[in-house]
Amino acid sequence: MTSLTLVRRIAARPSIVFDALTTPDGIACWWGPDAGPVLLAETDVRIGGRFRVRFRMLDGSEHESSGEYLEVVRPERLAMSWRWQGSEDPNESLVEIDLRASAEGTELTFTHSRLRDEDSRRSHEEGWNGALDKLQRHLSRN
Amino acid sequence: MVNYNAQLDRTFAALVDPTRRAILARLEREDGASVSELAKPFAIKLPAVMKHLDVLDDAGLITRSKVGRTVTVRLSPEPMRAAMEWLRRYERFWSRSLDRLAAYAERKEAEARKSGR
Repeated sequence: MTSLTLVRRIAARPSIVFDALTTPDGIACWWGPDAGPVLLAETDVRIGGRFRVRFRMLDGSEHESSGEYLEVVRPERLAMSWRWQGSEDPNESLVEIDLRASAEGTELTFTHSRLRDEDSRRSHEEGWNGALDKLQRHLSRN
Repeated sequence: MVNYNAQLDRTFAALVDPTRRAILARLEREDGASVSELAKPFAIKLPAVMKHLDVLDDAGLITRSKVGRTVTVRLSPEPMRAAMEWLRRYERFWSRSLDRLAAYAERKEAEARKSGR
């Protein structure tokens, strides 16, 4: 549960998806959970280069995250460290994105891990998910 | 916010251990159990179980109440709820962002095809 994995099948070739993920123009068009604007997008897409993105949500709140590119293999794979600006979550985490060419275009596998710390990531691998899912059902009954 | 993060750290740290997760899972099924009932399925001694219960108690994940000589342990859902809400915020952020990324990339693909690339 302290890592999050999402998969999307996208009707676009991997190079187009990769550029959408890494160019400021691309990022400005999708980054953020609602239709609020991206206020700033900077990327230096090479190993050791940094990114910084700031966006405003429709409720007026502004959020900024930044990090370092750890792996850059266009158009297949991107890994970067991740940290929210401010006190929202002071921990550094890891974002990994894999793009696989498919008949319809691209299968994108997104993972955000180390969301709390190394220990909790390990326990995730041990199958923590099941136990927490049960607890979650319990909680939603209350 | 500092307290909020300290509480989350305590919650996640408490959840790292498989014995403690098993105890919580059991308390999720049964609404309250005695310490000796909780200790039974584990190949560890009672003092070790007590230590795990101390960690869970410190994290606010359980409550203990004593009636006569029996200590009853119950699940205390609030810290778990907070931890899940914290994780759900990440899920919402990425799930919606990736939907928008997909829509954007598909528009770019359509444009590229129209211009014959």
